[in-house]
Amino acid sequence: MRTSIAKTSLRLLGVSVAMFGFGFALVPLYDVFCEVTGLNGKTSNQAYESVGADVDRSRTIKVQFLTTNNDGMAWQFKPTIRELRVHPGELAETEFFAKNPSASAMVAQAVPSLVPFNAAEFFHKTECFCFTQQTLAGGQEIMMPLRFIVDQDIPKDVHTITLAYTLFDVTSKASPRVAQAN
Amino acid sequence: MSTTTADHHHGPAKGFSRWLYTTNHKDIGSMYLWFSFAMFLVGGTFALVIRAELFQPGLQIVQPEFFNQMTTMHGLIMVFGAVMPAFVGLANWLIPMMIGAPDMALPRMNNWSFWILPFAFTMMLSTLFMEGGAPNFGWTFYAPLSTTYAPPSVTFFIFAVHIMGASSIMGSINIIATIMNLRAPGMTYMKMPLFVWTWFITAYLLIAVMPVLAGVVTMMLMDIHFGTSFFSAAGGGDPVLFQHVFWFFGHPEVYIMILPAFGIVSAIIPTFSRKRLFGYDSMVYATSSIAFLSFIVWAHHMFTVGMPIAGELFFMYATMLIAVPTGVKVFNWVTTMFRGSLTFETPMLFAIAFVILFTIGGLSGLMLAIAPADFQYHDTYFVVAHFHYVLVPGAIFSIFAAVYYWLPKWCGNMYDETLGKMHFWLSFVGINLTFFPMHWVGLAGMPRRIPDYALQFADFNMVASMGAFLFGASQIFFLFIIVKTIRNGKPATDDVWGDSAEGLEWTIPSPAPYHTFTTPPVVH
Amino acid sequence: MFSSALPLRLATNVALLFCALSSRAWAADGERFGTNMTPGVTETSRQIYDLHMLIFWVCVVIGVAVFGVMFYSIVMHRKSRGAKAAQFHESTKLEIAWTLAPFVVLIAMAVPASQTLIQQYDSSEADMDILITGYQWKWKYEYVGEDVSFFSNLSTSRDEINNVEEKGEHYLLEVDKPLVIPTDKKVRFLITANDVIHSWWMPAFAIKQDAIPGFINKAWAKVEEPGIYRGQCTELCGRDHGFMPVVVEAKSPADYDAWLAEQKQEAADLAKLMDQEMTMDQLMKEGKTVYQRSCAACHGMNGEGGVGPAMAGSPVTTGPIEKHTDVLINGVSGTAMQAFGGQLNKLELAAVVTYERNSWGNNMGDKLQAIDVHNQMQGTN
Repeated sequence: MRTSIAKTSLRLLGVSVAMFGFGFALVPLYDVFCEVTGLNGKTSNQAYESVGADVDRSRTIKVQFLTTNNDGMAWQFKPTIRELRVHPGELAETEFFAKNPSASAMVAQAVPSLVPFNAAEFFHKTECFCFTQQTLAGGQEIMMPLRFIVDQDIPKDVHTITLAYTLFDVTSKASPRVAQAN
Repeated sequence: MSTTTADHHHGPAKGFSRWLYTTNHKDIGSMYLWFSFAMFLVGGTFALVIRAELFQPGLQIVQPEFFNQMTTMHGLIMVFGAVMPAFVGLANWLIPMMIGAPDMALPRMNNWSFWILPFAFTMMLSTLFMEGGAPNFGWTFYAPLSTTYAPPSVTFFIFAVHIMGASSIMGSINIIATIMNLRAPGMTYMKMPLFVWTWFITAYLLIAVMPVLAGVVTMMLMDIHFGTSFFSAAGGGDPVLFQHVFWFFGHPEVYIMILPAFGIVSAIIPTFSRKRLFGYDSMVYATSSIAFLSFIVWAHHMFTVGMPIAGELFFMYATMLIAVPTGVKVFNWVTTMFRGSLTFETPMLFAIAFVILFTIGGLSGLMLAIAPADFQYHDTYFVVAHFHYVLVPGAIFSIFAAVYYWLPKWCGNMYDETLGKMHFWLSFVGINLTFFPMHWVGLAGMPRRIPDYALQFADFNMVASMGAFLFGASQIFFLFIIVKTIRNGKPATDDVWGDSAEGLEWTIPSPAPYHTFTTPPVVH
Repeated sequence: MFSSALPLRLATNVALLFCALSSRAWAADGERFGTNMTPGVTETSRQIYDLHMLIFWVCVVIGVAVFGVMFYSIVMHRKSRGAKAAQFHESTKLEIAWTLAPFVVLIAMAVPASQTLIQQYDSSEADMDILITGYQWKWKYEYVGEDVSFFSNLSTSRDEINNVEEKGEHYLLEVDKPLVIPTDKKVRFLITANDVIHSWWMPAFAIKQDAIPGFINKAWAKVEEPGIYRGQCTELCGRDHGFMPVVVEAKSPADYDAWLAEQKQEAADLAKLMDQEMTMDQLMKEGKTVYQRSCAACHGMNGEGGVGPAMAGSPVTTGPIEKHTDVLINGVSGTAMQAFGGQLNKLELAAVVTYERNSWGNNMGDKLQAIDVHNQMQGTN
């Protein structure tokens, strides 16, 4: 009797420890899930290796660019053009302007988000300022490039893609490196 | 069935040390029940602060900052402090007696799982006096309001949640170990009373999801203090991830608070209908299906978060499916009453009210499951009405019913039937006055968790507040009835409800001796 | 409106409730007492309303059937009437039947629900886009591609909320500047947030979409009737969650175009105004308005402080003017002090700095012009 109680209890304890681990495992699982389904308009944060496929000139996709500053972020941050018309498969390029108007160095992280969600997995960035954090000294300005390809396999019902960047102030988290930059 | 009463054992120790060191399931059950009642009054007081502020439009009694602390603490205390410990208390008292076991399988751990609770809740309540105030982000504590924008007391909130989670997990391990190993000879699984069955399933749910809750608050702790970015978009995390992990815990949690209630009602209705429970087997299967479905419907709490349409459709269909096993249960209860020989003692009144009002809550739940319509219902008072209908006349009424039903067995005295019925009618009128108008203001456009509202909602809010104070006052009356019963109620008979009540607990004397079934009974 | 005798109102309310419960009068009077969802002014919102009513009546029918059997038993099968209990306690056929029957009902509900949802999600081919950003505790509306953007704040006065003044008709549901959209055009809303999660709810369009920092959500509406529509934030977002209404004014396309042109003209006028020298009186008057709208909630109506530090005699408001302006433009990292540089225009910033330095006993005597703010923001002074 006592051993079977001990056995049951240990097994259940094992289950609860495993479920604690499962809670954490949900984090990477969720990321994979998001990337596959385009949930939240998350796009890959890895540079896309171009495969050099054909350009589909029969279709034109309007790509809109939007920018938002998160709480307390004082930078000026704007796309240089509001929208581009591209053919699927074509490499397109644009630039974003950023300026740190404050007196001291700051670090920023841009977070992309895209609608419609079902276009997210067909929007490939070959180069993006959002892949890394951006450090600007007080008063410094920068033009930040974005290069992307809209996949030829993008669903037929997608005619407009809206790409929004939110700029976060991450200076306090990245402070050792800013100290270096200063 | 045979009756075995131990008389060669020593009785309980005297004084406070009896309660501090006790490993007796009956003592621990009583402590859980008294503790949960105290928390019920505390959480209820918070609710009355909310209702007092909402009595009229404009800010009168509290400021928005404190109002948010009240909604948060009300939810946390009621869920983790009142409903869950009350069910654990009932499990402690009843499961060993129902399956013919001498005690719980792990009595020392049982003592621990109770005694860490008062510490958790002292810590939780102490946040009210801290600088920056208590947690103010709702009991669902969505990031980043609960991380980047939280008051400093959030750390204490996290530790309190850890402790109560540990308590629940220990309690559940104990319950499963007891049910699996200590059943009397002949007590097969399909002969167990439904209360034991529903708790067996509930305990598995708890073991599966309480660790996930512990995980999510640990991630919050790391985001707040150790610079990780689980829930912050700036560092590559995602605030929506918080909601997914939280509701992965949260939806099964909802069933944790209702499945034991199904068990209680399934014991009481047959007794007072003088007829066996209809469809015992389908009750067991329905409970298991509800438990299983509870793991795949969580995102119906997040229909407006911006999910791909495939996700919306999946969670809508899965949620609608829950109506099927829940319907089976309601039909079984009604059929049990059909062509019975009904009497209406207090436990039966609460059980009947449970079936009616829980069904109303279930039907509004079905409406909420319809994703497109949920875009209008979500986060309005319609939702508040819905979940209070399943939790107050659901979980709370079932606990009242259980207390009236088994109290004579516990303390050996019969409660006063007239007073019990008064308590029922006051509570019944009170909760309907409180929560029914909330359906209307919700549909008409009143969002939840707001300290002040537009003028067209004024009339129904006033009615709801009056109902809330009536319901609150009736619970003080309930306390009076219980104390009166324990002190000088009429002695109860051993079988209490006559021969229509089934179960081993009615074969032992009233009050139940300190030690029961030291030699297991034989179940035929 | 709320000065009338309380006991009388209590009595009417109880009476009202009994009327509502005892008859179907509430259905006809639904509008007056606010007991039901609004059908709204878009095709989607009407479909959702119909869906809602359909499920509601299905639920009523189920409820009547179940409770009917139950009350029949309660009345007819009571022991006091001498009822003897039957012995049956299972019936496989019956149990299978009532497991399967609900499926049929559920499928009947799932079909129209899925159709409505698919339509709701189809935001392609929109005529115009509006970016909506949730802030603690206001909304920002940005007309994408039009250079028009503004904040929409609650305009109900603190005195109304604190029961000093009588409450107006649209208490808590009124803003200083509503979102204006054209009717008969497919307007796409892109929704995000600046700080915590908010949720933008417009019942008349059946749109409720969470605004999440770092992510963008979408919804759309094609409004059929001009009018002013009111809603609220529906995700707990901190202290003033109950005080950030959503107000949308739908105008006919022609009126909308005129409005948009006016907005652009105003922006141009403002730019011109910013080049002008303002007098101390003008700055103080404008500054007071801005202060009461954007600062008083934290710093007190009379600069006495509250959630935020006192402004009267503070080292910031009585210190160097550049530092004071910097705090206002860029906020104070790690505190509740936001960066107002993106939320107020340069004229407003200049005015409020001037006002704070010369009110409540602060007597710095200096003033700031819009051009000074502009220069400081460009970092050229």
